[in-house]
Amino acid sequence: MTRVFTLTIDDREATGREDETILQVARDHGITIPRLCQLDGLSNIGACRLCVVEVRGVPKLLPACTTFINEGMEVYTNSERLQKYRRTIIEMLFAEGNHICSVCVANGHCELQSMAIQLGVDHISLPYFYPKRTVDASHERYALDRNRCILCTRCVRVCAEIEGAHTWDLMARGSQTTVITDLHQPWGTSESCTSCGKCVQVCPTGALFEKGNAVGEMTKHNSFLKTLAEMRENDK
Amino acid sequence: MTRTRIATVWLDGCSGCHMSFLDIDERLLALADQIDLVYSPLVDCKDFPDQVDVTLVEGAVSSEEDLEKISHIRARTRLLVSLGDCAVTGNVPSLRNSVGAEAVLQRAYLDPALLNPQIPDLVVPRLLPVVRPIHSVVKVDLYVPGCPPAADTIYYVVTELLAGRIPDIADKTRFGA
Repeated sequence: MTRVFTLTIDDREATGREDETILQVARDHGITIPRLCQLDGLSNIGACRLCVVEVRGVPKLLPACTTFINEGMEVYTNSERLQKYRRTIIEMLFAEGNHICSVCVANGHCELQSMAIQLGVDHISLPYFYPKRTVDASHERYALDRNRCILCTRCVRVCAEIEGAHTWDLMARGSQTTVITDLHQPWGTSESCTSCGKCVQVCPTGALFEKGNAVGEMTKHNSFLKTLAEMRENDK
Repeated sequence: MTRTRIATVWLDGCSGCHMSFLDIDERLLALADQIDLVYSPLVDCKDFPDQVDVTLVEGAVSSEEDLEKISHIRARTRLLVSLGDCAVTGNVPSLRNSVGAEAVLQRAYLDPALLNPQIPDLVVPRLLPVVRPIHSVVKVDLYVPGCPPAADTIYYVVTELLAGRIPDIADKTRFGA
């Protein structure tokens, strides 16, 4: 028997099931919480921290995508403090990689770019890292530009959880972390990759793209994910 | 009525932002009545004057000359605007930052030269090791991203500034626009 909880989000009454997250319940009530790593149909890992919210009585900020609701919870999703932290997260993502929007395949269709606009980031006040990162264009149809990767791990999750191939994974730690295929070998030589392209479609930036696209031509279509997830849920 | 003293500067950029500025077309005539364009690649003036009200800066800081210019300009400008992605983020000029200035010079001057290869160090200003956005060198008062910002955006920014307001560009432009 699933219990139903009553709570408030931004001082508005809300209800949800005990197995729902703050992010889901907020959305059901018309409150959109910014996020980058979360995608419906994939597991939630709270990696990007954009969706952090304040909960009365809890001293730390909690990621809305991995925090389940509770009875009587008082959630605040858009305080000035949260807005400031979110802008800083976006700035850190821009500063840590090499994101040159004007020459990117995903220009105009990029979730990092649109999140920057939505949160009012008009410049990066942090010093840029200018890291040396590699491009893997060894796959016949797709390419990976690590300069544009924000390590959301959507590609890792969709490949492991939906396609069942687990070609993608992470290597190393901290700012050295990078996505790899199989045992860190060129994507084109991967034996586990089925070339389904799901990773490309869920990538929020221009890090994963179909070859042959020029600036701004790479639009992503990830609606298949929700449909697949729902079909699997119904099969249970 | 005193006219607003406006300057525009072209550092390391493609001049696309200046082109976009010119693209405001016939509205330039109305603007011309309200401003004095005291320094710009578009006018014949060699030295950056004192007491400029607004300076629009296109381009990133890439060379020793850029660095010297922008400090000089900042000291003589009341309100400094970073115009376009190169000024705001470093943009395309900053693509060289992960490989370094040496590699770029090698590729441009030494590799293709068949006879007497050399890197110019007179007349052509020396490159800085890292291309930087304007605000990492001097204080910037307003950011207008875009590659280039649309003519309408630039017109909006200038007319708002002339009216004594700080323009809100949130829904007008973005990185890469």
